[in-house]
Amino acid sequence: MSTNNLKLIENPKGKFNTYLGLGIAAVGIIVLLLAPGFLTQYYVYLLATVFTTALLATSLNLVLGYGGLLHLHHGVFFGVGAYTVAIVTTKTSWPFAVAVLLAPLVAALIALVIGWFCVRLRGLYFGMLTLALGQLVWAIVYRWNALTNGDNGIHAIPVPEFLTSINSVYYATLLILVISLIILYIITKSPFGLMLLATRDNPVRSESVGVNVKRHRLTAFVIAGFFAGIAGVLFVLVERSVAPSLLFWSESAEVLIMCLMGGLTVFMGPMLGAGILVLLSMVVGLYTEYWLLVLGLLLLLLVLFLPQGILGYLMEIYNKSQDKRGGN
Amino acid sequence: MDFATLASQFFIGLSRGMIFFIVSAGLTLIFGVLRITNFAHGALYMLGAFMAYSVSTLFGQGPYGFWLALLVAPIAVMFISLVIERGLLRFIYNRDHLIQMLLTYSLVLIAGDLVKIIWGTEYKSMHIPEALRGSFNLWGASLPWYNAFLLVVGPVVALGLWFFLSKTNLGKICRATATDREMVDVLGINSTKVFAMVFALGGWLAGLGGALIAPTTTISMGMDASIIIYAFLIVVVGGLGNIWGALISSIIMGVGEAFGILFIPGVAIIIPYIIAGVLLILRPSGLLKSAW
Repeated sequence: MSTNNLKLIENPKGKFNTYLGLGIAAVGIIVLLLAPGFLTQYYVYLLATVFTTALLATSLNLVLGYGGLLHLHHGVFFGVGAYTVAIVTTKTSWPFAVAVLLAPLVAALIALVIGWFCVRLRGLYFGMLTLALGQLVWAIVYRWNALTNGDNGIHAIPVPEFLTSINSVYYATLLILVISLIILYIITKSPFGLMLLATRDNPVRSESVGVNVKRHRLTAFVIAGFFAGIAGVLFVLVERSVAPSLLFWSESAEVLIMCLMGGLTVFMGPMLGAGILVLLSMVVGLYTEYWLLVLGLLLLLLVLFLPQGILGYLMEIYNKSQDKRGGN
Repeated sequence: MDFATLASQFFIGLSRGMIFFIVSAGLTLIFGVLRITNFAHGALYMLGAFMAYSVSTLFGQGPYGFWLALLVAPIAVMFISLVIERGLLRFIYNRDHLIQMLLTYSLVLIAGDLVKIIWGTEYKSMHIPEALRGSFNLWGASLPWYNAFLLVVGPVVALGLWFFLSKTNLGKICRATATDREMVDVLGINSTKVFAMVFALGGWLAGLGGALIAPTTTISMGMDASIIIYAFLIVVVGGLGNIWGALISSIIMGVGEAFGILFIPGVAIIIPYIIAGVLLILRPSGLLKSAW
């Protein structure tokens, strides 16, 4: 088994213009801040769903794209976060804020336990163990009727007064998304993030120069779990209900598709993928009930012809043009 | 809890293990030779079950229908596998696990909706043939004939695979390809053909598993999602590519699950995941050696 799990990820040679990136982000945020004024409630709801999914996909990419680990069951931490909020608000008399703060912590704790076992394995075995332990969590949630309400899920989760309108939920999710993204971005650029890249590209060499590869991987895994837990909180804000299917592996597969579609090498890639898939499923749903067939065909084309993802492809083109300019 | 109950539950678990083995043997074979993680294996199993249903219904669920279904369905699935391998998989052999996985996962999504289009969403069921109905006594334990039938089919398949892989020329080429594909190519053997054949054989096994399970369960969409996870766990726990490892872990899973249902019915669903988790933690590279 090769030491590098994901050959398709190569560090982009050129560098994307930071100011250009910041400019695009600023314009995007301004547009999104103004958006609810022009959209119907349904589209506002849809965008809030996009934000939730975007955070989930970006957190997965910390492990998948930056860590190079075949993490197959990230949806578990998302589900655990959502369930934590649901259980705390419906089964205890603790304030809502406690539920919100607890959710990412519980998700991170589960990630620590699962990750502690997984980081000892490599490649496909790592992936399979994430799948096995993740499904274990799913089965527990599915069966523990007293706590989780079993396969019925928990509905009509109470939220504070100021979060009842869809517009306020929209702004709350947008705010949390932006803050989380900034933190995640800083993490990827931090010494830790760079070390993570090193452990991905050459784990043997990293180990021999004194980097604790397993600990770096575990840390990334836990951080990703933490932010997936936050995404779970956002999910509850938007949907106000949870169901065990959130933790089933096919849900995680969809997040993997989002990451691949946008591009694993680019920080914004998974977000783009999440946006495309959520909106596309809505549009396709208007015309046919066979959304999964469409998704399957789309994934097939993506894997065969655009494995570097949409943003990955654009980056390639951009870098080529930069190279030419440099050559002249 | 008397001995008879334990014994009959043991045999039921064992026979379920046989289904697991037939399905996961195909998966592990494909992994060993092609180095591909085939999520679509569960979909092929589901197709096997639905085709068995169709064939059997064509004969009015009569006595011949079942045997014909057992013959025809796996072969039909084999041809589908061949088309998948030649049409898609051969383009991604040198790619990452993630890419390969997602390609086969796209087939899962497509197959799921195609089944919905072709067979509709309502549950299907298929009769057990006359000769295999009822049950018999074994040391005081009652065992359904159909489970006994599975207990015969499983070892027959295992023996057949053993004979094929270690006694025939083609099987030896398969094993050689698994070990060192380049060397096989250098020796003038067309390894591409070997790949196609192994994938078709794997598909046949998946279809056979589906056809065998069809009379004992409701045939429905979504039966692929549960089996594929089990099969993956079995393959990984057994040691990737090792058929005998798959046999051992299939039996462990089947029997473990059966006893789980007996002792802790409420949470039996988590037993296979716990077994797989523990075994993977204890022996991270699988029970038996990975490449055979």
